[in-house]
Amino acid sequence: MSKTLTHLERLEAESIHILREVVAEAERPVMLYSVGKDSAVMLHLARKAFYPSPPPFPLLHVDTTWKFREMYALRDRMAVESGMELLVYQNPEAIERGINPFDHGPLHTDMWKTEGLKQALDKYGFDAAFGGARRDEEKSRAKERIFSFRTASHGWDPKNQRPELWNLYNARKAKGESIRIFPISNWTELDIWQYIHLNAIPIVPLYFSAPRPTVTRDGLLLMVDDERFPLKPGEAVVERSIRFRTLGCYPLTGAVESTAATLPEVIQEMLLTTTSERQGRVIDKDGGDASMEKKKQEGYF
Amino acid sequence: MTEPIYKTDALIAEDIDAYLVQHQNKSLLRFITCGSVDDGKSTLIGRLLYDSKMIFEDQLAALEADSKRVGTQGQEIDFALLVDGLAAEREQGITIDVAYRFFATEKRKFIVADTPGHEQYTRNMVTGASTADLAVILIDARKGVLTQTRRHSYLAHLIGIRNIVLAVNKMDLVDYDLAIFDAIVKDYREFADSIGIESFTAIPISGFKGDNITTTPSPNTPWYKGPALIAHLESVEIDNVSDQAKPFRMPVQWVNRPNLDFRGFSGLIASGSVKPGDAIRVLPSGKTSTISKVVTMPGKAGPASGTGGDGDLDEAVAGQSVTLTLADEVDCSRGDVIAVADNPPEASSQFEATIVWMDDAALHVGRSYWLKLGTQMVSATVHAPKYTVNVNTMEHLAAKTLELNAIGVAEIATDRAIVFEPYADNRTLGGFILIDKISNRTVGAGMLNFSLRRAQNVHWQPTDITRQEHARLKNQTPRVLWFTGLSGSGKSTIANEVEKSLNLMNRHTFLLDGDNVRHGLNKDLGFTEADRIENIRRVGEVARLMADAGLIVLTAFISPFRAERELVRAMLPEGEFIEIFVDTPLNVAEARDVKGLYKKARSGQLKNFTGIDSPYEPPEHPEIRVNTVEMTPEQAAEHIIRKIMPLK
Repeated sequence: MSKTLTHLERLEAESIHILREVVAEAERPVMLYSVGKDSAVMLHLARKAFYPSPPPFPLLHVDTTWKFREMYALRDRMAVESGMELLVYQNPEAIERGINPFDHGPLHTDMWKTEGLKQALDKYGFDAAFGGARRDEEKSRAKERIFSFRTASHGWDPKNQRPELWNLYNARKAKGESIRIFPISNWTELDIWQYIHLNAIPIVPLYFSAPRPTVTRDGLLLMVDDERFPLKPGEAVVERSIRFRTLGCYPLTGAVESTAATLPEVIQEMLLTTTSERQGRVIDKDGGDASMEKKKQEGYF
Repeated sequence: MTEPIYKTDALIAEDIDAYLVQHQNKSLLRFITCGSVDDGKSTLIGRLLYDSKMIFEDQLAALEADSKRVGTQGQEIDFALLVDGLAAEREQGITIDVAYRFFATEKRKFIVADTPGHEQYTRNMVTGASTADLAVILIDARKGVLTQTRRHSYLAHLIGIRNIVLAVNKMDLVDYDLAIFDAIVKDYREFADSIGIESFTAIPISGFKGDNITTTPSPNTPWYKGPALIAHLESVEIDNVSDQAKPFRMPVQWVNRPNLDFRGFSGLIASGSVKPGDAIRVLPSGKTSTISKVVTMPGKAGPASGTGGDGDLDEAVAGQSVTLTLADEVDCSRGDVIAVADNPPEASSQFEATIVWMDDAALHVGRSYWLKLGTQMVSATVHAPKYTVNVNTMEHLAAKTLELNAIGVAEIATDRAIVFEPYADNRTLGGFILIDKISNRTVGAGMLNFSLRRAQNVHWQPTDITRQEHARLKNQTPRVLWFTGLSGSGKSTIANEVEKSLNLMNRHTFLLDGDNVRHGLNKDLGFTEADRIENIRRVGEVARLMADAGLIVLTAFISPFRAERELVRAMLPEGEFIEIFVDTPLNVAEARDVKGLYKKARSGQLKNFTGIDSPYEPPEHPEIRVNTVEMTPEQAAEHIIRKIMPLK
């Protein structure tokens, strides 16, 4: 009897295989958990890969203190549900200097996320970190390996990547070096949504449309998630029916006006839309054309 | 420009739920595109993404701007800019690496491996081809079958791709001339026959204009009766399905042991299918048992049945990741293979293999590399290649080693038997990578052709008196004291002092000295890099046998390469190999020049002399370091004795 596996079954099997290889070969793995929809799928796959054991590694949230409140709530709930240890890391220097997205521009991402991540990995001595990046997101990601090797200073050298053949992954490394692993490299945005739909995976409610307090600034529709949002002269908070296609720091993440309140409606809107999902992110734009490639070389995930 | 065909499915807007049900049952095809920028490869991929609506407005706007700025198509959109990802590539106008692209039609999801076509990127193409079900070989209709066409076809065939599409591109530039198309197909068929490609599908296309990409027949090629490229990609059989007809094999990745009541073996099924009650055999031990359960996580089922909420399965097939529990307590761990009981794969330690070399540093014949096959990781050495293949002419050439991008056939030996199948029968149990033990880079990839018969006939003879008993009788713990350092550093002198002291303490010892061994055991070896590697391998084997006999072995060899010293370390039980670095600066050793060798080397009478024209790689973390500038040989020996005591 032969059975044609669906594309989601094939993708799922590949991701589970990757997760298990890392656990078998790395000394101290960790899962970078950003609470977004990609992280939600990655976490679900990890639970599936090791069932009935809980995933044998902790979750690490590199926090910027500027995420949406609903993200923090789901993060804490999922840690409990999965039975995994949750580590939250905030760069102490960024706390001390009060780094924030309103006053510090690109420095905000650099200090909280890039530096914060490096510090957290060094602090706990993790030698393998799972990340939820997908190859369809961005051009430099399309050429990154599933096992992406980093130097002791966390740098990425795109010209010196290890060949990956069949499903054989080389996880060997010298002391101090580490690997970033992207188990959902081959998933597309639509795959992620379909999988969430089929498996009823919990996601942050911000992905669904609801009336929310908003401000329009620099062509982006921003949500005023707490009292730290400083209004500029002439700006007014307006309630609009919005949702988010991607989640990050709330002052840096653009919303879309939408009425999609259920998963099928969200998928429908995604399929009918005409702009890519990272368009709402400020972070990809600073630095020009090869911005993400440059960030990755510096150690950004 | 033609309108995108897959722009939107009316069902998306009308009935999203029906659309989702329809689309959750798509299959997945992975393919590789072979050709160069000149053949219009990037343009074709850009076209596939565009036609299947994988390009959004913001990306398209950026693309239009880029096209006008740096494009090569005048005012038209240059799709090539869309897929040449890394900044370095865009600046140089070439594709360096393997890039993966995604698009979907109503029937299938596709993953495209996009690799550069030039000969210096052979390794990239092999990498992209290793996971592909199908290869699209692009030909420029104006140029016909070229050297690179032959190279790409050979590589695709070598890696085992059964579905070959010959896409004769740029038909618009030859006025859609049937005669030109026919001549190219005839040429290609002759070549394909000669290298054993049984069948292929030829399609006349224009990636730029869109002919025969999504729909047929194009009004420009009324003479073409075959399928459009997309229709063909949607209908070919996927390897994953044919793998299910093969006997069951699953390499064990991880043993799942949450508590004393559950012991499961997790892995990705490589071939065949499995269900509860099946009789299985664990390889290489050969122990048998029965499948008790095929476990996956029971979840909250979503609104539609699918991957969610599976729980225990009635059956699982090739391509699925599962956890198996067995009816009996049998030994089974990572690296073992669970297979159908009455038709298991073999185990062997000597093979003929076809190897693609992927590293800038050439293969060291005789050096020990890590070999990873399935979930097995062993040490392996590659013999001198029988031949290498000229990838442009398919000629066999004599070769002493494998350089970057070389493809060669060689014998390979592993330090213990591995469970395998010929690559032609099973990609998972026949494909392997080679990893450098020092740099940890993936340096080669290979395919096992067959096991050499002598491997099956040479068995390890079990003996009743074990190494522990040998050692107990001598009232000591075996050690290999491995002295390494430059010529003239004082290795032999210090080793001799250490042995004298041990002898006085009633220890059973033996000193293997470099010069002495070269008079007998290794008199056939010279001083080339390959011979030096073999020299140390043999001494390591002898030292191991002597340690098995319970002796404390002292060796005094320059042993210049880290990799070989690590190889010997790996042969011995943990803690028995003591690396002693006799640390003497080159100028000091050269000033001593006890044997007059440095003088000869400096004058050119002696070639490949360590420290002069051959490198010495000092140990990074030796167990013991002695400095012969500050210590006399007697002091050094005393220091070593103190470090290695009590030897029990």
